[in-house]
Amino acid sequence: MISAIQNPRIQFLFQCRYQFNFPPKARHFHRSTVLLNSASSSSRVLTEKTLTSTSPPTSEILTIRKSLLSRERKAVEIAEEYLNRLRVTEPTIKSFLHVSENVMKEAEEIDLKIERNEELGVLAGVLIGVKDNICTVDMPSTGGSRILQDYRPAYDATAVKKLKESGAILVGKTNMDEFGMGSTTEASGYQVTANPWDVSRVPGGSSGGSAAAVSARQCVAALGSDTGGSVRQPASFCGVVGMKPTYGRVSRFGLMAYASSLDVIGCFGSSVADTAILLEAISGHDIFDATSSKREVPSFASQFISTELLESKPLKGLRVGIIGETLGDGVDKPVVSTIKAAASHLEELGCTVSEVSLPSFSLGLPAYYILASSESSSNLSRYDGVRYGNQAAAEELNSLHSDSRCNGFGPEVKMRILMGTYALSAGYYDAYYKRAQQIVILPSVLVRTLVQKSFKDALRENDILISPAAPSAAYKMGEKKNDPLAMYAGDIMTVNVNLAGLPALVLPCGFVEGGPAGLPIGLQMIGGQFDEGKLLRVGHIFEQTLQGCRFNPPLVA
Amino acid sequence: MASLCSRGLRTHSSLLCPSSLFTTRNGVFFCTMQNTQTEKTKTRIGNTKTTQIKASTSTTQVRENEKMLNDYEAVIGIETHVQLSTLTKAFCSCPYNYGSQPNTTVCPICMGLPGALPIFNSKVIECAVKLGLALNCKLAMTSKFDRKQYFYPDLPKGYQISQFDIPIASDGYVDLDLPLEFGGGHRKFGITRVHMEEDAGKLMHSGTGTYSQVDLNRAGVPLLEIVSEPDMRTGIEAAEYAAEIQRLVRYLGVGNGNMQEGSLRCDVNVSVRPTGQTEYGTKVEIKNMNSFSAMHKAIDFEISRQVLLHNQGQADQIVQETRLWEEGAQKTATMRKKEGLADYRYFPEPDLPEVVLTEDYVESIRASLPELPEMKNRRFENMGLSVQDVLLLSNDTNVCNFFESAVDKGADVKMAANWIMGDIAAYLKNEKLSITEIKLTPQELAELISSIKGGIISGKIGKDILFEHIAKGGTVKAVIEEKDLVQAS
Repeated sequence: MISAIQNPRIQFLFQCRYQFNFPPKARHFHRSTVLLNSASSSSRVLTEKTLTSTSPPTSEILTIRKSLLSRERKAVEIAEEYLNRLRVTEPTIKSFLHVSENVMKEAEEIDLKIERNEELGVLAGVLIGVKDNICTVDMPSTGGSRILQDYRPAYDATAVKKLKESGAILVGKTNMDEFGMGSTTEASGYQVTANPWDVSRVPGGSSGGSAAAVSARQCVAALGSDTGGSVRQPASFCGVVGMKPTYGRVSRFGLMAYASSLDVIGCFGSSVADTAILLEAISGHDIFDATSSKREVPSFASQFISTELLESKPLKGLRVGIIGETLGDGVDKPVVSTIKAAASHLEELGCTVSEVSLPSFSLGLPAYYILASSESSSNLSRYDGVRYGNQAAAEELNSLHSDSRCNGFGPEVKMRILMGTYALSAGYYDAYYKRAQQIVILPSVLVRTLVQKSFKDALRENDILISPAAPSAAYKMGEKKNDPLAMYAGDIMTVNVNLAGLPALVLPCGFVEGGPAGLPIGLQMIGGQFDEGKLLRVGHIFEQTLQGCRFNPPLVA
Repeated sequence: MASLCSRGLRTHSSLLCPSSLFTTRNGVFFCTMQNTQTEKTKTRIGNTKTTQIKASTSTTQVRENEKMLNDYEAVIGIETHVQLSTLTKAFCSCPYNYGSQPNTTVCPICMGLPGALPIFNSKVIECAVKLGLALNCKLAMTSKFDRKQYFYPDLPKGYQISQFDIPIASDGYVDLDLPLEFGGGHRKFGITRVHMEEDAGKLMHSGTGTYSQVDLNRAGVPLLEIVSEPDMRTGIEAAEYAAEIQRLVRYLGVGNGNMQEGSLRCDVNVSVRPTGQTEYGTKVEIKNMNSFSAMHKAIDFEISRQVLLHNQGQADQIVQETRLWEEGAQKTATMRKKEGLADYRYFPEPDLPEVVLTEDYVESIRASLPELPEMKNRRFENMGLSVQDVLLLSNDTNVCNFFESAVDKGADVKMAANWIMGDIAAYLKNEKLSITEIKLTPQELAELISSIKGGIISGKIGKDILFEHIAKGGTVKAVIEEKDLVQAS
C-alpha cells in the first residue's frame, strides 16, 4: 500500500494549508462570462456571501495521519471527536442505520501500534462510514431493506476487507434507499436521512446516508455505491466530493447487487484528496469478481500538485467539453449558471472549454430504467426468506415466498421488480431489454452501445466532459415521493455514465439559494475508461483554486 | 455399471409390449403427489383435471393393444444432465462429494448470500469442449452464460446460471448399434445442443410430510445438459442412446455417469402420432428414471398410455405435463401440469464474462481425446468380431481393456472375446466381481488360448485351467507341466 504522506509534495501541500498560505487568485470566477451566459443573480449573491470565510478543503485523512505520526493527537481523541459530533447530529440527520460499538477499541489499537512504532496503514485511525448494502462481518448489512433486517453477513466485502487492511475504523452502516432504488433515502426501509444543509431537504440517494455523514463530518469519508448516480447525486446535494470509478475498478464482491452490469462501489470525502486516497485503497483486481479489471491502480493522490507550485494556468491545454444536453430544458436555471461559472473557472485555469453534444443522451434514462429494473428483478430473487433474512410464517411454499417478499420489500422495490419482470418476460424481452442495451424505441441493449459510442466520440475531442450532477439542488422531503417519474428524471445527468461504464467525479462548485445557508451544487467531471487519475488531478486543482466557497454545512460550521 | 444396465434391459424385453401393463392395474390412474411435498399446491390444481383411463384385463384386449401400437409412431427426445466430476464446483471453490453431510460443502457463493459473485471454473469448459467434440458438435468459439429464473427452495439465487441462445456446442450426433435381441441395426441420433449450467441443491422431505429441508451441497455443481433431436422411436432406442452418453462421459473422464447417484439424469419427452402423420403429437415429459431399464419401461409405458388414449378417441386428454416414473407401481403419473409455457425470463449473466475459445485450445483438446466407444467398436469389428460381441465388450472399459491386452499378448481375437463374454462373464456375474478383481491375467488368458489353438491342450482342459486361474492365479505353463495335461496327438 502506498502511503500518500510519504510524498513530499503532499506533505508540503498539507503544511501550506495549515498556515493558510494560499497564492492570491482571482476571486470572481463566478461572475465570469467568458464562455457562456452570465450566472444568475441568486447564485452570485450566495457566492459572495460566503466569500469571507474561504479556504480550500484540506485532506482530513492526511491531517489525521500527520497528527498521529507526530503524536500531536491520539487516535482515540480523533475518534472521540467524530463520535461526539455523530451523537449530537445523528438525531437530526439520521444517516446511520448502525453505529459500530468497536470504534473506540479500534482507535486504541491504532494508538498501541503507534506506541510500538509499528507500520501504519494509509487509513490508520480514519473513521469511515460504509453504505449498508456493502457486506461487513461485524455489523448488520441490510441494504436498507426490511427483508434483511438484522442480517449479519458471513464475510466482508472486498472493499471493506481492503479498508480494514489499511487501518480504517469502520464507524457504521449508512442509510440508503432500499437496495439502492431511489434518489432520496425516502425509500429506505428504516428511516429518512436529512440533508445537513437544510434538514427539511433530502440528502439525495441512494447513498444519501454516506453523503450526509461525510457532509456533517460524522465520519471522515464513506463508501457508497453508484448504479445510476447513487454516489454523485447525493454528493452534489450534500456538498461533498463523490467519485464513481470505472466499472471494474473496484471489486463488487460483497456489494448487494442491484444492477450487476452498472453497479460500482464509489467514495465520498470532504476533499478530492480524501476521495482519491480512499479510492486507491479499495481499487484493484479481485479474484472474487470476474468483472473486476486487472489494470494496475495508479497512485492517485501522489500526483496532486501543491497549490504553491501551481502555475498561473495549471490546466493549460486541457480540453473540456461541456455537455450541451445537460444545460437545457428541465434543468434549474441557477444550476445551469453555477455550472457555467465552474466552466469559466476551468477556463481561468487554462482549459479550453467547448460545448459538445451527446445525441443519445436523452435515450439513456429509459434504457437505464429498463436494464436496471430487469437485472434487479433477477438479483433480488435470492431474497426469498428461505436461507436468511425475514421469513414469513406460511403453511406452504408459495406463500412462504410471496409473503416473505411482500412483507420484506418496500413499494419502490416491488415496483422495479415488477417492471423488470415484465421487461424480461417472453414477447417483451426483444422489445424492451434488448433495446435498452441499444434504444427503447430502437431495441435497450442497443441504446447502451449508442451511449458508449457517443461518449467515446466526445472523449476523443475532449479530455474530460462536464455537466451538472443533478438537474436541481436538494429538494424538500416528500416533494417527489409520490411522483416517481419526476424522481427518475432527476437521474438524467448520471445514468449515461453508468451505461458507458465510465468514471466520473462530482465536486461542489457553488451554491444556489435555499435553506439557511444556500444549497450546494455539484459539478460532474466525466473521463475516459480508467482515467480516474486525470479526473482527480483536475478536480483537485479545481477545488484548491475555487475561491469563495466553503462547503461546511451550517450544522457543522 | 453399464453392463448391468444392459442386462436389465434384456430381462425386461417382454415389456416391449407394454400394453400388458394395463392388465395388471385395473382402474384409474390418479395423479398422486405425496412424494413431493412442496408441489402440493400445483398438484391440487392438477388433480381436478386428472386424465382417467379405464384399462381392460382381457387377453384379447392385450392383442388388440399390440395391433393398435403398430398404427402409431412414438417420437422421443431426451435431455440428459451430466454431472461433471471437477474438483470444485462451477462457480466457487467448494468441493462436491456425493453423500456428504448436508450443507457441509457450501460457501457464500453457492449459498447465494447477498453480495456473492460467481467465478468460473475453467475445467468446466474443458469438459464441455471434450463432450462437444465427442458428440461431433459444432463449437461456439464465443458463448456466454445466461440466467434462467424461477423460484424454488433448492435454487439459492432464484436463478440458475445456464446457457440459453448460444450453447457451447450444438448440431452434433451419436452413432450406435442396437443389441441384436432388440433387432440390432445401426442408429444415428442428432444432438441439438450441449450447454454448461449449474446444479441446484436438494430438498429433503420429512417423513411426516409436514416440512422439508434444503441441502445445498449440490448447488453449483457443474452440469452439461445434452439435448437430443427427437430422433428416437422406441424405449430401447432411448435407453441405448442414454447408455451411449454414459459410455462417452466415462471414456472422456468428465463424470462418473452414475444414474443412482443422480450424476446422469435423463428427462424424456414422449409424444405419439398416427403412423404417417408429420406433425408431432402433444409431448409429455417423464422424469425420475434412475436406470436405463427404468427408462425403457417408462417410455414404453407412456407410449402405450398415449396410444390407448388416441385409440379411445381421447387424444385431447394427452396434455403437456411432467410425469414421474413410479418404479414401485411401474407406471408414470402426473407430477405437474404446465400452465402455459414456462417463462424463465432468460437474460445474459452480467456477473460473468463471455466464454471465448481459441482454435489452439480446441485443437489441443481434440488431440488429447481418448479413443471413443464408436471408434473402438469399428476397430473391433475390423478385427472380425460380431456386432453383438463388440457391444458387450465395449460396454465396460475394464472388460474392454482386459480383452485388448489379451489380444496384445497374442490371443486369438474371436476366442478371447468368446471366453471373456462367456465363461469369464458368467463367473463374474455369479461371484459379483469385476474383471479387475480376478486372479487371471490377460497374459495367461492369451497363453491358454494359444495352448488350445496350438493343440497342446484340449478345449475342455483349457476350461478347467481357466477356472482355476480365475480363482487362484498361476501360469498356464506350470499347470500344464505339473498336471501333465499335454494332449496326446
